[in-house]
Amino acid sequence: MNEQQTAEATPETPQPAAVDPRLLVRQRGFAGYFGEFVRRIRGGELGSLPVVVGLVIIAVVFQLKNSSFLSAGSLANIGVYTSGLGIMAVGIVFVLLLGEIDLSVGSVAGVGAAVWAVLSVTHGVNDWLAVLIAIAAGAVIGVLHGFFFAKIGVPAFVVTLAGFLGWSGLQIWMMGKEGSINTPSGSLVENLTGYYFADKAAAYGLALIAVLAYAGSLLLDSRRRRAATLPSRPLSEILLRTGVVAVIAFAVAYVLNEPSGARGLPLALVLFLGVLVVADFVVRRTGYGRQIFAVGGNAEAARRAGINVNRVRITVFAISGMLAAFGGLFIASLSGGATKNLGSGNTLMNVIAAAVIGGTSLFGGRGKIWSALLGMLVIQSIQQGLNLLGMASEIQYMITGAVLLAAVVIDSVSRRTQKTAGRT
Amino acid sequence: MSATPVLALRGVSKRFGAVQALTDVTLEIRAGEVVALVGDNGAGKSTLVKTISGVHPVDDGVIEWEGAPVRITKPHDAQELGVATVYQDLALCDNLDVVANLYLGNELSTAGVLDEIAMEKRAKELLDTLSIRIPSVRIPVAALSGGQRQVVAIARALIGDPKIVILDEPTAALGVEQTAQVLDLVERLRERDLGVILISHNMADVLAVADRVAVLRLGRNNGVFDVADTSHEEIIAAITGADDNAVTRRKARTDQLKKEAGA
Repeated sequence: MNEQQTAEATPETPQPAAVDPRLLVRQRGFAGYFGEFVRRIRGGELGSLPVVVGLVIIAVVFQLKNSSFLSAGSLANIGVYTSGLGIMAVGIVFVLLLGEIDLSVGSVAGVGAAVWAVLSVTHGVNDWLAVLIAIAAGAVIGVLHGFFFAKIGVPAFVVTLAGFLGWSGLQIWMMGKEGSINTPSGSLVENLTGYYFADKAAAYGLALIAVLAYAGSLLLDSRRRRAATLPSRPLSEILLRTGVVAVIAFAVAYVLNEPSGARGLPLALVLFLGVLVVADFVVRRTGYGRQIFAVGGNAEAARRAGINVNRVRITVFAISGMLAAFGGLFIASLSGGATKNLGSGNTLMNVIAAAVIGGTSLFGGRGKIWSALLGMLVIQSIQQGLNLLGMASEIQYMITGAVLLAAVVIDSVSRRTQKTAGRT
Repeated sequence: MSATPVLALRGVSKRFGAVQALTDVTLEIRAGEVVALVGDNGAGKSTLVKTISGVHPVDDGVIEWEGAPVRITKPHDAQELGVATVYQDLALCDNLDVVANLYLGNELSTAGVLDEIAMEKRAKELLDTLSIRIPSVRIPVAALSGGQRQVVAIARALIGDPKIVILDEPTAALGVEQTAQVLDLVERLRERDLGVILISHNMADVLAVADRVAVLRLGRNNGVFDVADTSHEEIIAAITGADDNAVTRRKARTDQLKKEAGA
């Protein structure tokens, strides 16, 4: 991996299909980074590169067409609209890591919003309680999907397709004759996307905390690895990484705070980032996350290693359902209430597209939680830009479809390149 | 060699539907001993191993662990006892790196958080003591050669400090040098006082490292041989059933008659 400075000696004996020797040693300094970078690209480990390049192209093209694309209002809009679907996309990343798919997230989002609206508005249940019940309902639905998939053995594709139809029926039934329930003003759900931390200290403070936490974790990890006499990241790399994170964090905080018309840090963005950080921690740092990767990579190997594969599968679908319902509340908040067709249309496609565009493989076992953010940014920027250009929604569908296809093509091709380069 | 075997199977039978895969099979493994399990295709080697490792519970018969009867109904039971199995199809996760694979299912963690540093350190130490050389413990297993993957799979079996290690065809599909590396590793397992069950089709490999050879034929025991005083041909004969033909049956009958006559 990239943190390996020097490595153990290679076996002297000739090894057929031996490992790429460039893997083992990386030169110090920036020449080393560059060499490593080129090697990874050649080996098909594209990582986030296509997305970042895509985002830059999108930004440049739309900015040239319409100078208000990179304005504060527009960017803040992208941030807020990204949150709900982005949280749903985090759930999809979990499912994709298993190598499965969840086609029901749109309907589950609708059910989540409907449960909250009916409980809170129609029956006067406490707002917080109604929100918690809505999220729990999503989790229960996910457990149900997971049960049929893991225990009964129905392909996840079919289970969640049935769920896609069934839950959207439940949603329409719950919404009753009128078909929509407006969000009461001042309610918790309205605040999900309506509340902004107007104090400039909030955005800058969060950026500062993020940068310090990131640098601190890198330094701590590096020190512990040195103490254990393992290869560690050099200080130059830590500084470089921290610098990049700091520039991005403070640029976002600046855009949210400073230009005229800026409303400060949106609560929606804070919640989305919170979900991302927690999910990323679970996936990369806990035994449960390791189990998800193992089941996604080789379910039989995971089972033989003593991992309860069914439990992992059911809980992953539960997480997906839970986050779908949570995302549904954001959509309800943005659109001013729960409706009987909330979460229908292209919600599902956008969410899955975001996860895949962000670089999570459809083939399981490979991906990052942060791809939900990157992919969602791509999709939302395209929509925002096309809206600014006054493009009709049918054109938006076609362009989003093309972007999704491009992302899947990149995934498949990079997988093949990795195979020829001897990587997964 | 200690008197009580670490693991003993007595009269084990296993049936899959209409197929009687194992009939009344007996096997004993002691500490510091390599027992090769050989037999033709379909002789029941893999099924026998799966009954020990808890993949298929036995229908009939007794499994004894250090003298006491035990029940093994799921893989976890076998792991708890101290049986580690390295399967023919490796059962590594290609997408995970070497450290993650070594500790899969036995992750070291503090308060639920993986302790990557401790795992990496111990993984390196383990690979060093077994003289296993791989380019880096942080590359995905998919990037390793077949022999390297096999030694990683075997090393993984040792993470839980087992007493019995079962190797299912560890040298199938390996080149000459890689096979030698794996056989060296088998000897190092014996030096660590582990009981090793080695399944192999390759008689040269078996004779090179095994202490005893247990032959299965059509789901039944067909002899246990000490490698030191058994010829290659005798084992092959037991495997193929060449010792069971008209000539040997007549000879057995005449021997019997002679004995009766002599008595």
